[in-house]
Parts: sequence; structure tokens; C-alpha cells
Amino acid sequence: MLLLVEQILNGLQFGLLLFLLAAGLTLVFGIMDLVNLAHGSLYMMGAYFAATFVAWTGSFVLGAVLALGATLVLGMVLEFTTLRHLYGRDHLDHVLATFGLILFFNEAVRLIWGPAGLALPLPPWLTVPVQIFPGIYYPAYRLAIIVVALLVALLLYLGVMRTRIGMLIRAGASNREMIGALGINIKLLYTLVFGLGAALAGLAGLMQAPILTVQIGMGENILILAFVVIVIGGIGSIRGAFLAAIFVGLIDTLGRAFLPNLLRQVLDSASASTAAPALSSMLIYLLMAMVLVVRPEGLFPANRR
Amino acid sequence: MKSALQVRSVVSALLVAGLLLLPLYSSLTGNIFVLTMFTRIVILALAAASLNLIMGYGGMMSFGHAAYLGIGGYAVGMLAQEGIGSGFIQFPVALAASAIFALVIGALSLRTRGVYFIMITLAFAQMAYYVASGLARYGGDDGLTIYKRSDFAGLINLSNRVQFYYLCLACLLLVLFLIWRIVNSRFGMVVQGLRSNEQRMRAIGFPGTRYRLVCFVIAGTMCGLSGALLANNTDFVSPAVMYWTRSGDLMVMVILGGMGTLFGPVLGAVVYLLLEELLSQITEYWAIIMGPLLLLIVLFGRGGIMGVLGRFSRG
Repeated sequence: MLLLVEQILNGLQFGLLLFLLAAGLTLVFGIMDLVNLAHGSLYMMGAYFAATFVAWTGSFVLGAVLALGATLVLGMVLEFTTLRHLYGRDHLDHVLATFGLILFFNEAVRLIWGPAGLALPLPPWLTVPVQIFPGIYYPAYRLAIIVVALLVALLLYLGVMRTRIGMLIRAGASNREMIGALGINIKLLYTLVFGLGAALAGLAGLMQAPILTVQIGMGENILILAFVVIVIGGIGSIRGAFLAAIFVGLIDTLGRAFLPNLLRQVLDSASASTAAPALSSMLIYLLMAMVLVVRPEGLFPANRR
Repeated sequence: MKSALQVRSVVSALLVAGLLLLPLYSSLTGNIFVLTMFTRIVILALAAASLNLIMGYGGMMSFGHAAYLGIGGYAVGMLAQEGIGSGFIQFPVALAASAIFALVIGALSLRTRGVYFIMITLAFAQMAYYVASGLARYGGDDGLTIYKRSDFAGLINLSNRVQFYYLCLACLLLVLFLIWRIVNSRFGMVVQGLRSNEQRMRAIGFPGTRYRLVCFVIAGTMCGLSGALLANNTDFVSPAVMYWTRSGDLMVMVILGGMGTLFGPVLGAVVYLLLEELLSQITEYWAIIMGPLLLLIVLFGRGGIMGVLGRFSRG
């Protein structure tokens, strides 16, 4: 029971992190129609910036805020210099160009920070366990991730649905020529949206950093998961991304936690312990394949055009 | 237009002639390294050519093509591990396994279009990757060493560098010939018609998905051959050959060379892998040059090298 609650919370936490990544990805795809494989690199850069700034300032919160700003700027610069020239091109061109960006970022990080990973130590006030239910303790930091991510999700929802900028973003998604004709600076809007997506990816990266090590290529595995999330949720739909992210996070975490024991019931323990990790890694891909077969547009397709 | 075709044909002919004469150069100069490197290039060119069949001619953007490299490779490796060393068994099994895998994932993936297709093929390849990582009996994550190359009963010796190189080259040329025949056949016309206007083709009465699926399976089988050769070349197969970045590499080769041209992918594989080799000799951080280079190719080199050649000769 105790384990179950803990694992569900872990799954929720992982799912929310995935949502932060997937939200940026799905925004950029839904509005600019751009497939951005380099989104995982922004996640990585967020983590590296955080590790650097935290060590530099000595304060976790200040370092995190600086890192967030840095990824925002990096995203906007990236959009301004290269990605904006890819709008309206074939999706295959996007895949290829952003694949090139991944190579570039991985190598740039190796050049600047070296091949060894970095650690991002937590301040003491975030390492204590918190009592969430009577008798059930949960690490404060993971709880903080859940709270921050939920807050961001709420802000994102309110921002997109209730503000003027959000209205422009939605309008841009449904008809970019029309909004341009109405005198809105669509290029600036796109740069802002891309920067926002980059900042969300950076936030996910810097929050994940203390749990895992900060290393080269950390963005690639999770990027694929984020793609799985937006494909399951329906590309372009933030609501779909949110639900699918939590779903995927829970399935992945619970699968990893409980599948080995379940398999041991049917297989001998040696083959169960070798098959379980592979099977639990496969679970979400299996889920995605099933979703796509049944609903080729994802579970919550955005109402586009 | 005529001169455009000529420049392309000259480049293609030079490419094939160069590949045919390479062992001669290698033995004259005593440069063995160049032969080993080009063996790998030829094998990956085969994989790229098979990807081009579905991507360039069929319009199916598969982002999981490296899965067949692994399946072909593991077929060879697993059979060798179990004591079956005959290439007459290993290679047909490798091809059959790739074909069956392609049939299953093709039947499921072809229900989707566009980005969803890119992503679902990627997901299936990742699944294959994790299955291979879980094969504890066959090395799991660490991969599987193949102690003895496929045995063709004295017909050809795969451990002889030159013979192996020519085997790979023969396979490549055979596959290119097959692709050329397929593309210009009625079947190929239908598949290309589906790429340009699916609705119209369906309206005429062609069962689009079935044609696409057959094309998808043919390409997968061809790439399985490449995987079997690759495993023999490295004497080793590991899940890493199926990782999604490898699929990305194959896509890059196809696009770099020129999608939808017969020799484009071969040219792309040669240029991409030579560039990688060259840059890695200049600097350890070769990817920092390679990445932006890819970006520039996408932005300015539409149609890949073949496209540029075509425009160049048109003036």
C-alpha cells in the first residue's frame, strides 16, 4: 500500500515533467506546424544552465530562475536564427534540420562542460521527507516538482484560454494568414511561442536534473517519450498532452515498479528479471501503437482547420 | 533537362566505377583501411537505398528503418550463437524475419499519415530496440559478438576483405537494379501515384494501403539484407544499431543524396560517412560542424546533391 502510493506519486511527478516537455512540443507543432526534434536539447540545456548557475550563485532558486531565463533566450535566438526559415517546409525537412541541431547541441555541451556528467545538488530544505498522509512520507523535492508543474499547467491553461496573447496564439493556430492580415506581428508571436516552449522544456530539465545526473544526450530518451505523449494525446492539443502525459507517466512508473513481481508469478525469477525491464520500457510504445491503430489522430485531437 | 540528366548519369557512373575499382586502389597502395571503411559505406548505402524506396518513391516517411538493420543482424548473430553458421540459412532467415516485421508494423502504421506515421514507425523501432536489450541470452544491452562469419560452403569467403567487399557491392547493385525495375513497373507507378495523389488513385480503384504495404515490406526486406551484412562486417551486433539516431542517420543519407533518385542515397551515404570520417580526423568534436552542415543542406540544398547537380547543369 505504502509502495503503491509512493509509486503513484512518482508516476504523477514523471508524467507532469513529461507534460512540461510535451506542452512546448505540441504548442510549436500546433501553431507553427514545426516538428522540433531539438526540443530535447533545450531540456538538456536547461539542466546544464541550472547546474552552472546554481554552482555560480550558490542559491538553488536563483540559479533555477536564471537557467529558466537563459533557456527562454536560447529558444528565441534559435527560432530567430534558424527555425523560422523552416516554417511551411516539409515535415521531413524539420526532422533533418533539427536532427542536425541535436548533433550540434550535444557536441557544444561536450566542448563547454566536458564529457563527464554534472551533479546538481539540492539545498537541505528540499531533501527532507514530508509527511503527506499519516504514516506516509514523500521526498519534499519530488512533491515540489508536482506542485510547480501543476501550477505551470494551470498558468498555461489560463494564459492560453483567458489572455489576449493566448487568444492571438489560438487564432494563429487556426488561421495564420488571417491573423497576419489583421495586423498582428505573427513573426514576433511565433518567436514568443517558441521561447515559451523552450522555457517549459528548460524547466523540465532543470527540475529533473537533481534526480538524475546532468549529462549529454539526456534529452533524447525523454524527447521520444514526449513525442509519444503528444501523439497519444493528439498533436496540437494541450489538454490531450496533459492527460496523456499523466497517463504515460503512471504506466511507465508503475510498470517499472510492479512488472518484475508480476512476471515472477508466471516465469522463473531469472528470466523474469531479465524480461521485465525490456517489457516495461516497451509498455508505452505498445500503448501508443494501440492508440494509433484505434484512433489514428490521437485520443483528444485538436480541432484544427 | 537533358543535360541535367547527363550530369547526374555521369556522376552516378563515376560513383559505381569508383566503388568497383576501390579494391584495386586499396591493394596497389596497401591502404587496407579505405577498403574496410568503404565496406561499411556500401552496406549502409544499401540500407539508405531501401529507405529511399519507401520514402522517396512511396512518400512513406519511416523513422524506424534502422530496426531492420538490427533484425537482420540479430538473425545472423543468434543463429551463429546457436551453432548454425551456414549463410544459406542465416541470410534467408534474416530476410524473412525483416519481411515479417515489416508486414506487421506496416499493416498497423499505414493506417496513419504524416507526422503520426513518422512517430509510429519510430515507436516500433524503439520497441525492437528494447526487445533486443532484453535478450539476456544474446548479450542484452552489451550486444552479441559473432565469432564466425556466415559460411557459404566455399562459394565465397566472408573473412576475405576483398571478397566480402565485392559481395556487399554486388548486393547493393542488385538492390539498386531491383528498385529501378520496381519503380518503373506498373506496381511502382501505382505507389508513386499514391504519393502524389492518394484520393485520385483510390477513386480509380487501386487499393492504396495494400500497394503501400507491399512496397513497405520489400524495403524492409532489403534493409534486413543490409543488417545481415553489417553484422558480418563488424562481427558484432548490439541494440545500438537500432537506436533512433541510426534511423535518423539513414534518413539524412537519403535526403543528403537526393530523395527519389536511384543513385542519390548511395551518393548520400558515401558523402555523409566520408564527411563524418574526415571531420572526426580534424577534430574530436566533428558533430559541431556536421550538425550545422545538415541544417544548411536542408535550408539551401533542396533535392539533395542530386537536386543541386540537376540545377547546376541547367545553369
